[in-house]
Amino acid sequence: MMIRKIISAVFVGACGLAVVVALIPLAFVLFFVLSQGLQSLNLDFFLHNPRPVGETGGGMANAIVGTLILTTLAAAMAVPIGILSGVYLSEYRGSRFASAVRFAADTLNGVPSIVIGVFAYAVVVLPLGHFSTLAGGFALGVMMIPIIARTTEELLLLVPHTLREGALALGATRGRAVFTVIVPAALPGIITGVVLALARIAGETAPLLFTSFNNAFFSTSLTQPIASITVQVFTYAISPYEDWHRQAWAGALVLVAIVLICSMAARIAAARIVRIRGL
Amino acid sequence: MRSTDLRFRIGIGVFAAALLLIVVAIGITLANDSSLSLQRFGFRFWRTSNWDPVAGEFGALPFIWGTFYSSVLALAIATPVALGIAVFISELCPQALRAPLMFLTELLAAIPSIVYGLWGIFVLVPAVRAIEASMPEGLRALPLFSGPPFGVGMLAAALILAVMVVPFTSAVAREVLKTVPMTQREAAFALGATRFEAIRAAMFYARTGIIGAVMLGFGRALGETMAVTMVIGNNPQVSLSLFAPQYTMAAVIANEFTEAANALYLSALIEIGLVLFVITLLVNVLSRGLIWSMAPP
Repeated sequence: MMIRKIISAVFVGACGLAVVVALIPLAFVLFFVLSQGLQSLNLDFFLHNPRPVGETGGGMANAIVGTLILTTLAAAMAVPIGILSGVYLSEYRGSRFASAVRFAADTLNGVPSIVIGVFAYAVVVLPLGHFSTLAGGFALGVMMIPIIARTTEELLLLVPHTLREGALALGATRGRAVFTVIVPAALPGIITGVVLALARIAGETAPLLFTSFNNAFFSTSLTQPIASITVQVFTYAISPYEDWHRQAWAGALVLVAIVLICSMAARIAAARIVRIRGL
Repeated sequence: MRSTDLRFRIGIGVFAAALLLIVVAIGITLANDSSLSLQRFGFRFWRTSNWDPVAGEFGALPFIWGTFYSSVLALAIATPVALGIAVFISELCPQALRAPLMFLTELLAAIPSIVYGLWGIFVLVPAVRAIEASMPEGLRALPLFSGPPFGVGMLAAALILAVMVVPFTSAVAREVLKTVPMTQREAAFALGATRFEAIRAAMFYARTGIIGAVMLGFGRALGETMAVTMVIGNNPQVSLSLFAPQYTMAAVIANEFTEAANALYLSALIEIGLVLFVITLLVNVLSRGLIWSMAPP
């Protein structure tokens, strides 16, 4: 009896230890990003373009704008497709086609981002003949679609049946009931999901390496290569220059800040939705 | 009335079909664009280790080896930790701790790969180098620890992959444990089981889903690119040594794609992408199947 109790206690302790073990790297990463990043982050970082090797200073203004443009393009592509597929998945749950689409969404979610990059290269870069913002936005958009579709589906399922029944009883068609009653009821949650998806793809590097490539200069052209924070951090990180390493840490801090702010905001929003609607 | 509903269904069905189409299009496009290398090398591509773009010789064995070796090592480290977290959060921890712990583990998944890579280069790799250098001579004779201590190499890659895989596996394992009926645990307790024995019973009940969760983590590890590229050393060789700089499929695509100067080189890299796609697809399909059999979507 004693032995069994001891084993049980050891097991409980081991599970608690596992949590600590996983949180140590998190603490380490956050600590280094914060301490190294804060040392290098200044106003210049946001206002200036990168300087050539040897000149100190400079920043990532072009890369910040680049990331903004790339994620906007991705959202423009993924939000309509993602939300409407999500509506289909929740409206026609039982159908075989919906199951196939759901399966495709989860599979696409598991496809390595570098493979999405190769795909975008093949369908956008090769036909255009050069790297471009469009290709990068397309790659990120492809990654974003399944995330939004599945989040939308889950949130629509939370909307009470009575709302739908009320709309249908008033004579609304299915489409009208969906777009004027059901989707609006779930909208705050869906927007939260979109913000989280944006935060996730803003941190993607691999699909951009050979689609939007990189650009040392300020550019807003959709048909030219464009800089992004992530690719810029990568370029700086593997360079041999101290000054560039500092810039890389500053870039990493900005990326982590984006993720942190978005997930905190999403959490607060989600908590409020639960409180208000009692979902 | 009927026809407007049908039009609605078809209207949004088109968008849903786009999702399906993308997955199919990825497969077809990659197969199509790698045909040059597929025809030239056939299966030899995956059996030989000579990667010499200048001579036009492409053997991808080191990449597939590095991908699988690093993922298996990462899984060996990550699985116990991830399952421990899942059990702790879903079975053991006080209600008040649950939400913050879930948030923190989710944060682990939210940190961009490039940030892990940066941290890997400047913090983890020097630490690993120090550990490798202090390894006693006796152990260094083993093939597992042979070679000079570079810091960059298989060990650093496996460690960083493990950190990145933990949140995925533990999140799914938690979902699966949630589907185990309370009566399972109550029955175990009623029979006089200790906490461990009751949880073991619950985990046994959920075994299919838990295997699915572990496989899902495996799929993530196989395709992880940036962090691994930055710490694995990028040296195409097949070695058992944890210290040896090696290479993965994702890393070679990331590093060499923009340098591929001729059609054959590019097509060889796309073939690596195709195989990575097919492998992760299979792993995902299998793991989804297992998870869905426990916790239907």
